Amino acid sequence: MSIAAILFIVVGTLFFATGVIGLLRFPDFYSRMQATAKGDTLGAVLVLAGLALYNLHGGFSTGNVLVSLKLMFIAVFWFVATPTAIHALLRAAFDFGIMPWTKDGESIIEWPPGKEDIK
Amino acid sequence: MEHFFLIIGLIMGFLILLSLYRGVFGPTVFDRIMGVGFVGSKTLVILVLMGFIYRRIDMFVDIALAYSVLLFASTLVFAKYFQRKGAR
Repeated sequence: MSIAAILFIVVGTLFFATGVIGLLRFPDFYSRMQATAKGDTLGAVLVLAGLALYNLHGGFSTGNVLVSLKLMFIAVFWFVATPTAIHALLRAAFDFGIMPWTKDGESIIEWPPGKEDIK
Repeated sequence: MEHFFLIIGLIMGFLILLSLYRGVFGPTVFDRIMGVGFVGSKTLVILVLMGFIYRRIDMFVDIALAYSVLLFASTLVFAKYFQRKGAR
């Protein structure tokens, strides 16, 4: 059980690291957001699941099980909440009029598109 | 096992410093919000790790629970505020 917990935590840390690399290296806001949302969500969920698994190492008493359930609740909540928050942020940036990155810096379509085209 | 948690916490702190670059120098305000949100998610993990290191996980897990809800609400409020401010 301890080895599985270590595996979960290390893989989650790797996902966090890839999220940070994407956050630093990608060219525009939308691609940065894509990398960050995935790395952030899966990294936090994996690390919290690994810690909940490690917490059961000391025995299945009521307090231990309760703490592990709370940790899993944080993980599930995070799995739902982060994509929601990121989606709201993306929508706000879209309404703000941030242009997606292209190679020569000129937009392919007319940007920003009209409001009736979005919906 | 405490040493392992300590090393993971140090790695998280290093990643926080790296992603704080986007929070300070981000070209747009949404990059800043995203960088700060990313710092917050790693702070959540560090909070739980601190509970394991200090052997007070039953206390720290409640703080982490409240912190995750607060982080979600703050990102949502920032997004809605700047959406309304920049609406055409």
